[in-house]
Amino acid sequence: MLKAVKLPFIAFSALLILGALLNFGVNAYIQLMLLFVIINSILAMSLNLVNGYTGQFSLGHAGFMAIGAYVSAYASTQFSFFSESFGFVGIFLTTIAGGLLAAFAGFLVGLPSLRLKGDYLAIVTLGFGEIIRVALLNMEAVGGPRGISGIPSFPNFFFSFSYSCFWALICFFFIWRLIRSSHGRGFLSVREDEIAAEAMGINTTDMKVRAFVLSSFFAGVAGALFAHVTNYISPSSFTFLMSVNAVIMVVLGGMGSLSGSITAAIFITLMPEALRSLQDITGVDLRMVIYSLLLILIMILRPQGLFGDKEIPDIWRKYVRKSA
Amino acid sequence: MSANLLEVKNMTMQFGGLKAVDSLSFSIPQGQLAGLIGPNGAGKTTVFNMLTGVYRPTQGEILLGDKNVVGMRPYEINHLGLARTFQNIRLFKSLTVLQNVLIATHQHISYGLFDTILLSKKFQKQEAEMHNKALSLLKIFNLEKKADEIASSLPYGEQRKLEIVRAMATDPKLILLDEPAAGMNHSETHELMQTIAKIRRDFDLSILLIEHDMKLVMGICENITVIDHGVKIDEGPPQKIQNSEKVIQAYLGVEP
Repeated sequence: MLKAVKLPFIAFSALLILGALLNFGVNAYIQLMLLFVIINSILAMSLNLVNGYTGQFSLGHAGFMAIGAYVSAYASTQFSFFSESFGFVGIFLTTIAGGLLAAFAGFLVGLPSLRLKGDYLAIVTLGFGEIIRVALLNMEAVGGPRGISGIPSFPNFFFSFSYSCFWALICFFFIWRLIRSSHGRGFLSVREDEIAAEAMGINTTDMKVRAFVLSSFFAGVAGALFAHVTNYISPSSFTFLMSVNAVIMVVLGGMGSLSGSITAAIFITLMPEALRSLQDITGVDLRMVIYSLLLILIMILRPQGLFGDKEIPDIWRKYVRKSA
Repeated sequence: MSANLLEVKNMTMQFGGLKAVDSLSFSIPQGQLAGLIGPNGAGKTTVFNMLTGVYRPTQGEILLGDKNVVGMRPYEINHLGLARTFQNIRLFKSLTVLQNVLIATHQHISYGLFDTILLSKKFQKQEAEMHNKALSLLKIFNLEKKADEIASSLPYGEQRKLEIVRAMATDPKLILLDEPAAGMNHSETHELMQTIAKIRRDFDLSILLIEHDMKLVMGICENITVIDHGVKIDEGPPQKIQNSEKVIQAYLGVEP
């Protein structure tokens, strides 16, 4: 038990120190970008569980994120169980509720549609994402196109950052350990060869649904974090483009690499922002052109993604230690 | 003789207008090493696919122990103690040799998701047991030194062996080998024959194998079923099959 929490605890402490430094060191704009990086990391890691490790192609991740965001936002604006000073307990509970409902949605969508493979599954999940968005657009109870505003948030950046990092670490260690267990190897076997996996006693349908449900849970959590960080959500926050962005992060980082997902989440989130200053020099908005070109270039040079299916420790062992 | 482990009654597989297997019946007693032979396209692999649940027979019964397995999913049949290898090797190619074997032992674990995440004692104990079991199985086939290599990087003969190890890791009572010696040379085939005989003794297995290498089939099988065009044409011990008029005709044709 002690061993299980040692590494996450060290990582969390380090991030807390980083958060405290960033709280005073940088301006609010950069702070917000950092929070988006963390949220996108959770999104990419969770999608990697389905697209990378289990080998199923899901294109509806924004839908699950929307469910988590709306549940958490609605619950925390409508009901206030806790006094102002204990607001974070409420946020914690609504985040979990958002994740659980997203996971339930993942179960409902996954059970019938995971019989499909490849492109067909992609179309079904794409359709699901759009259904969620359009449904929210037409639900007056959650504000319709106006969305939900005034979502309670944390008092300052430090708390937002710590809270987001807390979930990112849970997501990271959850998937990391899962993949190195028998359950995770079951996911991998589905990706490698479904017929052989079945013949070796793996219930492939069960494995796929599990991967889908777990992935949806963390997408829901990412959505809830998004809602509490931005204080405002609307259906247009969760468009098809968001799902595509998540897929780009997974593919760019490498299918089946958490290090890759995080690296790609940092890159994809910060790159368009970093290119903003370019407009001052050129006078025209070449941001998206350069961004797209960079993506194409990376995929030509590293078709398997930045990390392939390796993690940073693997690469460390292979290159750094060997040369020493 | 002891009770039949596998009993197939009037099994028929119809693909549209083609009867790939036509009311085939045979049985395998506990502990027997049986062979299934026949010319190309006779329907041998179709038989395997029906036994393992990949295809659902159009008619007939398959009794494994005393359970009718027709209509069960492949993994359920595997849990009942029937494992197989594939004619065209189907390893988990980009995983390591050890991972390939570990996946097959998944059905024996009882730790859950929370044990995994919290690295509980149960998780660590069972993982260690799985690893030991996988390594000891690999050792039988002299693959233990390659445990950390990627499966697709193994030479062809070793990939075939790994398929057998993987099937063994599910703790089967009956193991179906689909052309285990395909693509092997004489000495490799000879070594494989000895290994098959050894695992059968050590693990108290029953084996059904499809093979084109007659030396291997006649050398180790105790009972041979011959099918042609989906119909059983003969059955019996190797000496009988070697001299069977019908079998010779099926393989070589009839003199006009």
